[in-house]
Amino acid sequence: MAKVHVTTTVNSETVEFLCDPNQTLLDVLRDELGKTGTKEGCGTGDCGACSVTLDGRLVCSCLVLGVEAQGKAVGTVEGIANADGLHPIQQKFLENAALQCGICTPGLIVATKALLEKDPNPDEKTIRYWLAGNLCRCTGYDKIVRAVQDAAKDLAHPA
Amino acid sequence: MAAQNEFKVIGTSPVRPDGVDKVTGRAEFAADQTMSNAVVGKVLRSPHAHANIKSIDLTDARALPGVYAVICGADFPEAGGGDIGGEGGGSLKDVAQNVMARGKALYHGHAVAAVAAASNEAADAALAAIKVEYEALPPVLDVVKAMEDDSPLLDDQCFTKNLPETPDKPSNIAAVMNLVRGDVDEGFAEADEIIEQEYKIPMAHQGYIEPHACCATINEEGKATVWCSTQGPFEFRQMTAGICGMKLSQVRIVSSEIGGGFGGKTVVYLEPVAVMLSKHAGRPVKMTMTREEVFRATGPTSGTVVRVKVGAKKDGTLTAATAWLAYEAGAFAGAPMGPGAMTILAPYKIDNFKISAFDVLVNKPKVAAYRAPGAPQSMHAMESALDDMARKLGMDPLDLRMVNAAEEGTTAPYGAKFPVIGLKACLEAAKKHPNYTKKLNDGVGRGVAVGFWFNVGGESSAEAHVNEDGSVTVLEANPDIGGSRASMCLMAAETLGVPYESVKTYIGDTETSGWTMVTGGSRVTFATGMAVVQACEDIIAQCKARAASTWGVDESMVEWRDGEAVPAPGANIDVEPLTLADIAGKSAKTGGPILGRAALNAQGAGPSFSVNIAEVEVDKETGRTELLGFTAVQDAGRAIHKAYVEGQLQGGAAQGIGWALNEEYIFNADGVMENAGFLDYRIPVASDLPMIDTVVIEVPNPSHPYGVRGVGETPIVAPLAAVSNAVADAVGFRIADLPLSPPKVLEAIDSRA
Repeated sequence: MAKVHVTTTVNSETVEFLCDPNQTLLDVLRDELGKTGTKEGCGTGDCGACSVTLDGRLVCSCLVLGVEAQGKAVGTVEGIANADGLHPIQQKFLENAALQCGICTPGLIVATKALLEKDPNPDEKTIRYWLAGNLCRCTGYDKIVRAVQDAAKDLAHPA
Repeated sequence: MAAQNEFKVIGTSPVRPDGVDKVTGRAEFAADQTMSNAVVGKVLRSPHAHANIKSIDLTDARALPGVYAVICGADFPEAGGGDIGGEGGGSLKDVAQNVMARGKALYHGHAVAAVAAASNEAADAALAAIKVEYEALPPVLDVVKAMEDDSPLLDDQCFTKNLPETPDKPSNIAAVMNLVRGDVDEGFAEADEIIEQEYKIPMAHQGYIEPHACCATINEEGKATVWCSTQGPFEFRQMTAGICGMKLSQVRIVSSEIGGGFGGKTVVYLEPVAVMLSKHAGRPVKMTMTREEVFRATGPTSGTVVRVKVGAKKDGTLTAATAWLAYEAGAFAGAPMGPGAMTILAPYKIDNFKISAFDVLVNKPKVAAYRAPGAPQSMHAMESALDDMARKLGMDPLDLRMVNAAEEGTTAPYGAKFPVIGLKACLEAAKKHPNYTKKLNDGVGRGVAVGFWFNVGGESSAEAHVNEDGSVTVLEANPDIGGSRASMCLMAAETLGVPYESVKTYIGDTETSGWTMVTGGSRVTFATGMAVVQACEDIIAQCKARAASTWGVDESMVEWRDGEAVPAPGANIDVEPLTLADIAGKSAKTGGPILGRAALNAQGAGPSFSVNIAEVEVDKETGRTELLGFTAVQDAGRAIHKAYVEGQLQGGAAQGIGWALNEEYIFNADGVMENAGFLDYRIPVASDLPMIDTVVIEVPNPSHPYGVRGVGETPIVAPLAAVSNAVADAVGFRIADLPLSPPKVLEAIDSRA
């Protein structure tokens, strides 16, 4: 199968890669670009561990083909912290002990960022329904929801 | 309970030392590892639940381009007997045959061959080119029918263990266990009320989000290195070496970060296969399971049928109980029926009981440990029966439990005398909790249940290195699944009297750390924590000696206080205190680096009890249960990292709630699992759950320097019955079987309408 040349941006950096036409964006990120922060939990769009943004929209990268990234902007967990330090969402996940094993955490952080950009002040129900596509087996979600609430407050009124 | 200021850092909730890596995507989990020159390993799995393997022809597959190795059971040495240590083992021979079938395929998805190839496509082509001739056999799928004399057999060499006389006929019943006390007939004769019921629960999976994965390489000297996601690197070394016919010293296991385990990563699946493929391929081999493979071919926990009869007097005193427990082992012996039998009555004083438990082979995946293995199923039965008993007696369900509650000195049904335990403290806390005392709205049901787990100790090693600036590096070998690095740092900081931030904990591998038992059994904070504390005490002893030599005084004149060597009370010496940094900075002149160490076999794990309160509403038109509230009360002994203890209670509750309401393996008549994915095997999502309230009781365990009991497993035990009892309260009758999925609840409601 001939590989396809794709030009895209990942976390605001221009990136070129060759991929198989049937290769998922998840596999491209992990296997071709070495960005292993995005995780695979199911490969069928059910667990959200591979959450990334595509032109700002939250998607499961296991359900997107690598070739579909052509000309688009991909956002992954690696792009959330910057040289100044952690993003408030990451900080609040840590402070609230909102992770145990940590495998779902990158997807949850990407999903939370997408939520708070869309709705800076979500109520608990909105948070729970927005994150319903991100499975966590360790925490029971309690501390995750609190971390998101805390992050929303922090972003609205930075300390 | 501990006074507020008893400790400096224990009981606080600082950010974990591995936290930043885990929120930024830097942390390396099993599938994130690659090795230079690695090829792809994949497994061919049986399409039959039960079949003789007549022949396997690998010739065509081996001839394909890009294929480096093709192997099957015949390429592994004949595995010897002997048991595997740790929590998830059983017999090495069984694990070897589970890893790669020999002669018979025993469940749908059982590994029969494996390939290593240059790409996914080449590997898939090689799998397709393997020719296996099967003779299909009738699958054994029902645990009760499997026990009957005329059932087809999985293993004609399986003779029931623990019978009074050695049986002369093989059976699917691999083992029995009986626990008896007193005279049940007399006990039931004394009872004013009797409850008798059968409870069925299907297989359920741990559901960790990270699929099993590993990367293995074997060099020209025959030394294998395996990167993998494991709860027990040392047990994995033993199993991998044993199954591949290698010496222990020829296998190094390096545990990656682990994306959940809950008992399911205590046993090997891919690792020996990857090593053997690497040996044949002459290249590193990387293997990653799909989610479908995880469901079909790793170890869920037993489906069960439990029959309970319990009698009580009008005042609630339990007079007698019988229990009959049939546990599916899956394809090989090793169902957790023992702990099921030992826990079912553990919370109660009772003079007469007879408990019989059975480990039963069926053509389903070989079960593995799952958080308090065996207890949720058995205690669901008894805690449901006691709920019905309370209703029959017109008693408060917590009062019924309090009347019979075990306490210090009570002999547990499994023979041990309880040390100081917190069951009554948990019952009292639940009884006065606002979630229990508040008036419920119409149509809302409330249920309570008690949970119990033994907790274990066992062997652990730890080192603590003092760096030249006085910071401390702790090295231990328990993969950190839920924040245990932070707990180790807290205990080390408390012991040394230094700030939490100056201690960092790292997880070593099988060649950089001393032998340490699996992360499981709720043992890490207890046993490895004890080793870390002792390693720090070793540092203190050395620091006192260095201070004494610096001051030119006897060691008895030095005391360690708040992270400093100071003159002991009454020692009449005029010196400035020496901090850990002072001593470390000059260690070259006082004897060299300071390294504390401890290796121990921790005894005295503290039994842990819980009480859960569930609040539900049931939609009578759809049968859907909405969980409105959930409260987890549990005795932690001592909460080292408060937030992560709460997290264990909340996470265990969520798993138990999922088990109670939705999760089940659905097999068709051929023994094929029909819901092998997260869409259809539905674990709780954020919108399914409310906030989960926690009450952490602290009745310290005298066997641990800080009172730790261990908290990881007890939280999953009580939710099954608590939810079931709440549903019974809401709908007005008992639905004995789980899960209480909408179709089952609706059918039960409609059949009574």
